[in-house]
Amino acid sequence: MFNFPDPTQAQLTEDGQLKHFLDIEGLPESLLLELLDTADSFVDMSEQQVKKVPLLRGKTVANLFFENSTRTLSTFELAAKRLSADVLNLNISTSSTKKGETLKDTLMTLEAMHSDMFVVRHSDSGAAHFIASQVTPNVAIINAGDGRHAHPTQAMLDMMTIRRHKGGFKHLKVAIVGDILHSRVARSQIHALRILGVPEIRLIAPRTLLPRNVEMLGVKVFTDMAQGLRDADVVIMLRLQKERMTSALLPSESEFFKLYGLSEEKLAFAHPEAIVMHPGPINRGVEIASSVADGPKSVILNQVTNGIAVRMAVMSMAMSGQVAERAKKLEAGE
Amino acid sequence: MQIKIAGGRIIDPAQKIDRIDDLYIVKGRIAAVGEEPDGFIADEEYDAEGQIVCPGLIDLFAHLREPGLTQKGTIGSETAAAAAGGITTLVASPNTKPVVDSTAVAELVQDRASDAGMARVLPLGALTQSMQGEQLAPLHALASSGCIGFTNGRHPIDSSRVMLRALEYAATHDLLVVFQAEDRALAAEGCMHEGTTATRLGLNGIPAAAETIEVSRCLILIEETGVRAHFGQLSCAQSVLLIQSARERGLNVTADVAIHNLLLTDEEVNGFNSLFHVIPPLRSQLDRAGLRQGLVTDTLDAICSDHQPQDAISKEAPFAATEPGISGLETLLPLSLMLVEQQLIALPQLIEKLTTGPAKVLGIEAGSLEVGADADVCVFDPEATWTVNSETLKSRGKNTPFINTELKGRVTLTLLNGQPVHRLKY
Repeated sequence: MFNFPDPTQAQLTEDGQLKHFLDIEGLPESLLLELLDTADSFVDMSEQQVKKVPLLRGKTVANLFFENSTRTLSTFELAAKRLSADVLNLNISTSSTKKGETLKDTLMTLEAMHSDMFVVRHSDSGAAHFIASQVTPNVAIINAGDGRHAHPTQAMLDMMTIRRHKGGFKHLKVAIVGDILHSRVARSQIHALRILGVPEIRLIAPRTLLPRNVEMLGVKVFTDMAQGLRDADVVIMLRLQKERMTSALLPSESEFFKLYGLSEEKLAFAHPEAIVMHPGPINRGVEIASSVADGPKSVILNQVTNGIAVRMAVMSMAMSGQVAERAKKLEAGE
Repeated sequence: MQIKIAGGRIIDPAQKIDRIDDLYIVKGRIAAVGEEPDGFIADEEYDAEGQIVCPGLIDLFAHLREPGLTQKGTIGSETAAAAAGGITTLVASPNTKPVVDSTAVAELVQDRASDAGMARVLPLGALTQSMQGEQLAPLHALASSGCIGFTNGRHPIDSSRVMLRALEYAATHDLLVVFQAEDRALAAEGCMHEGTTATRLGLNGIPAAAETIEVSRCLILIEETGVRAHFGQLSCAQSVLLIQSARERGLNVTADVAIHNLLLTDEEVNGFNSLFHVIPPLRSQLDRAGLRQGLVTDTLDAICSDHQPQDAISKEAPFAATEPGISGLETLLPLSLMLVEQQLIALPQLIEKLTTGPAKVLGIEAGSLEVGADADVCVFDPEATWTVNSETLKSRGKNTPFINTELKGRVTLTLLNGQPVHRLKY
């Protein structure tokens, strides 16, 4: 009926290179594979004595965390430093009522300091899209988590972990368990798994923790662990925030653990070779039993290690796309 | 002043007129349709060949933002926008700063409107003081000083006891109550329709039940009190069915829909474009189909703009942090004409939804070209295309998703009381 501008291509240059990394949805499989291959090459490098490459030498990366996070911030910082970038870490509170004003002003100030890349975490869904499309389109924006919407680098490090343990995607049954409703990680994982060709993506949660029409994302929904975990090759547990109990979504932590917590008994429903993942930080005894988190099937710490390599890959690819885009604009006299 | 509008297709649903003819205006009133009145000497003859001549449009809900929010719009700027959109009568939201809960504010709004002289402004009054949902606003005094009806806007009256009393009191004085139905708890924190798109984008949804629960509660209390009642800006298919079945039971209720809910769906929010952030939200395709059906079956009496001008900063933030609303006065007619182009309804029926339909809701005389009526007239070229442009929009609110969109149908002349308040310069 109307030809409104297509928003889905905001993160790609005209020739399909990454210039921002906002969201997994809408990216082609080839690009995700390129990203994973690049990340793999950085893993080998990390094991060497000299851990640095000069891909981002002379570039300034600002980590803008409007929401607290120790592990994501530190892996981004480490990734940027291994790429030889100058790194600025900013923890910015969002308590101000005029969020939009603060956000826009903050970013424009940082842009004026000639930052080349913003790594942004924000509690509002769509914050990274907003910045990339309306505030500082000439700075490469890496989404480090926006509200409940997306956490694409987390999803890609999960894909990397899966590929390194399972060898590929096209034969897998992957189960994601827990608080899907509030999880940006789950949303990005679902898109990544689908794009990479995983034939069966399952979600396991009570109805209160499942968003409306989630089946439309191409997943199978289970409310029972025994059925949902049956024969699964990969089990991804999500963090359950304590405040879910006070907002009438769940009766108690213990009831949740009893029904949906990953114990060794429940894990036995999965494939014998299954791996167990968790984006962290984990709540032992709430969504996962300690014996499982620390057990032989757990690859939770591998995820953290892979996180650095994936973030290096994302940053180097987005920077090269952004630099190409800038050169093109300069040529066009914009 | 005597004006002849010559050779246009005159459509006046009130008189069931639809023919090519001349319209004569003398001293601010309609003097004749067709035959030239005795002694008529035109001060101005307006050639309307190929154009539609209809009563000035009546818009059942618009935020004018004055007093208190003039960075978003003033009565002057927004009534100029109305004139440019062919709207000669509009119902103003009481949700200003302060709200319209005192005669002083009600009078100020009308005085400013009459100073501007661009459109008739009929203010809605607040149903409760400060719209807090606790104590009744001075409804009788407000009605006496010109309030056309009363609403608590999108601040639901949580207490059904207060609601019942407000309706009983309004019924005592035969006052119109307008409901903009939204259950507070279900709508809390939501910023778009709860559906697949909200799930994908990770935005908090407003379920359809937030509207239908409140519509149901209101209908029960309306039935109980017999108050004159109107539902503004329905967004759900199920709401239309609730209104329809209430009418079948003999309840005298009316309803309208905002034009964007007839054309767009929640899928537009894909990409987080804050210009699609509007409350009530754009809903599913099924809801849109149900609303369109409601228009065809006359369950919905009118189409309104639900005009909500915003300043630029209000839309410059991540989606949920932006202010809702679409600036809609100047696009109401061309967007409505799309319903004719899509063969949903015929042109005379559409004009009815923009003129006599809303006039009946309000119980006012406007919306007709009858001889002797105030000459509020809209002339538009149904074939003219134009591109919505923030520089040429008269409204202070440039917040329309239709910016840079080419629309068909353009108002060329608007008369208010026989005076030109808008004339398109080619």
